[in-house]
Amino acid sequence: MELTYDAMRHFADSWGLLGMLAFFLAAVLMVLRPGARSRAEDAAQIPFKED
Amino acid sequence: MRNQVEAFLVGVAAVLALVLAGLAADEGMRTHAWVLFGVLAIATWFLLRRVDFSGAKTVPLRSEVAATEPLYNDTVIRYGVIATSAWGIVGFLVGIVVALQLSFPDLNIEPWFNFGRMRPLHTSAVIFAFGGSALITTSFYVVQRTTRASLFGGSLAWFVFWGYQLFIVLAATGYLLGITQSKEYAEPEWYVDLWLTIVWVAYLVVFVGTLVKRKEPHIYVANWFFLSFIVTVAMLHVVNGLTMPVSLLGAKSYSAFSGVQDALTQWWYGHNAVGFFLTAGFLGMMYYFIPKQANRPVYSYRLSIIHFWSLIFLYIWAGPHHLHFTALPDWAQTLGMVFSVMLWMPSWGGMINGLMTLSGAWDKLRTDPILRMLAMSVAFYGMSTFEGPMLSIKSVNGLSHYTDWTIGHVHSGALGWNGMITFGALYYLTPKLWGRTRLYSLRLVNWHFWLATLGIVIYAAVMWVSGIMQGLMWREVGPDGFLAYSFVETVQAMHPYYVARAFAGILFLSGALIMAFNLYQTIRGRLRDEAPMGQSAIEGVATPAE
Repeated sequence: MELTYDAMRHFADSWGLLGMLAFFLAAVLMVLRPGARSRAEDAAQIPFKED
Repeated sequence: MRNQVEAFLVGVAAVLALVLAGLAADEGMRTHAWVLFGVLAIATWFLLRRVDFSGAKTVPLRSEVAATEPLYNDTVIRYGVIATSAWGIVGFLVGIVVALQLSFPDLNIEPWFNFGRMRPLHTSAVIFAFGGSALITTSFYVVQRTTRASLFGGSLAWFVFWGYQLFIVLAATGYLLGITQSKEYAEPEWYVDLWLTIVWVAYLVVFVGTLVKRKEPHIYVANWFFLSFIVTVAMLHVVNGLTMPVSLLGAKSYSAFSGVQDALTQWWYGHNAVGFFLTAGFLGMMYYFIPKQANRPVYSYRLSIIHFWSLIFLYIWAGPHHLHFTALPDWAQTLGMVFSVMLWMPSWGGMINGLMTLSGAWDKLRTDPILRMLAMSVAFYGMSTFEGPMLSIKSVNGLSHYTDWTIGHVHSGALGWNGMITFGALYYLTPKLWGRTRLYSLRLVNWHFWLATLGIVIYAAVMWVSGIMQGLMWREVGPDGFLAYSFVETVQAMHPYYVARAFAGILFLSGALIMAFNLYQTIRGRLRDEAPMGQSAIEGVATPAE
């Protein structure tokens, strides 16, 4: 496929858009999954380990 | 042996600058080469004086190095704290000068100090010199503390610091000399852009290198924000800076894009400079300094991750709202508007996260003016990220665009959010970095807090009135179908507001001068004898018999 403006634009508003949406939803689901809470609470303590 | 290679390289660069001054194809490049030669010659002199031959013959044992080497590289951060404070004062001062130039046009001194050249000097001094130095400084501090590793790359961090300062000097002198590529917030010409690119890549190497050698398995969220700021600014800067120089020895260049493509590239850059330079980077500061100063972990770490990804995915699309009702296709304008409105949600999620970190510690706002400053900065983040989406709506933008309302919006974000959080971080960092028990005076911080807050409130309120009036006067049509006001009548009507705006700037600068004095005394190791915050200072003096 030739890399024209038109081709890139169609890629951006189809597979590109879908890919970015999937990445975003996966990132949010990762954060909200069960078990993420305790890991997050540990991570929130990181600034207090060192002065 | 220290500084030998550095002194040699800077000396060679100074000679090359001198050669460039001789070969320059135009007056701009010639003057700039002389400026560069002067700066590099002074730097060479300083470095030569600091060449250290002691210990050249003795190679210390590895165990000795480990025992004596400090855990963190903090010297460059100390320089950064001083540079940030100094650039802040320069930037605010130039802001007052341009505000007065708008009020009293006689203050425009041709050719170097007219408004057209001073205005980019002001914006770059506050955004790139003050804000940029603050970002480099705090990111170096935070990344070391949250990864429990010292900065990667040895003296590369020094190259980043001084290289960035050189960029600032070249950009600032260029504006006054009239060297500009006429792109807002991207005014420096091609060779200064190239230099910034080199410095920025070194910055990325130092930051990522430190993350790679981290001793803490999880990368704390503040570092995510800092990293996204560094990577995105690199991308924006390189794409928007694509130009063709007229001559390799000349200052002038022409953009690789033309017409509306150039405009969209510029505002894709411009708005994401706001999004990633002035927002993501400063959010990295928020997620470290507010928990530290409140001595409480962030309200919701998971919300901070969602805040991060939402901001990343939405901000990059918001740029077209700068080009409403222009030649930009309508769908692109609407896209920019919709994404700007959606941005409101993650912004307020982040604001709530920052403010709620104080939950259970609200009483500290009464006794800790540094925490109050940080909380106020987050409040202003909330206000300007509500105002921004509102201004991006086409019908509102039709009234607000090109008026002072925009200027007021920018300043509530820049003075309120970026300024206040930087002041809070500087107050936090100075006693820590110089090993003092506390700041010289918390009561002076209180003075700074109120002067700055009052300044911002007056500034924003005055610009609302002036901007909306200006917009309404422009569109006012008489019964005969002609415009009711000429342009100069709107300018005349705005005069009192312009004077009030300059006054607001003076208040804000006074606060910053108090901060500089306070930090200077703290660095000298002085402690002011004063009644603690939360008690009346007057009573303590009035009743010595107690």
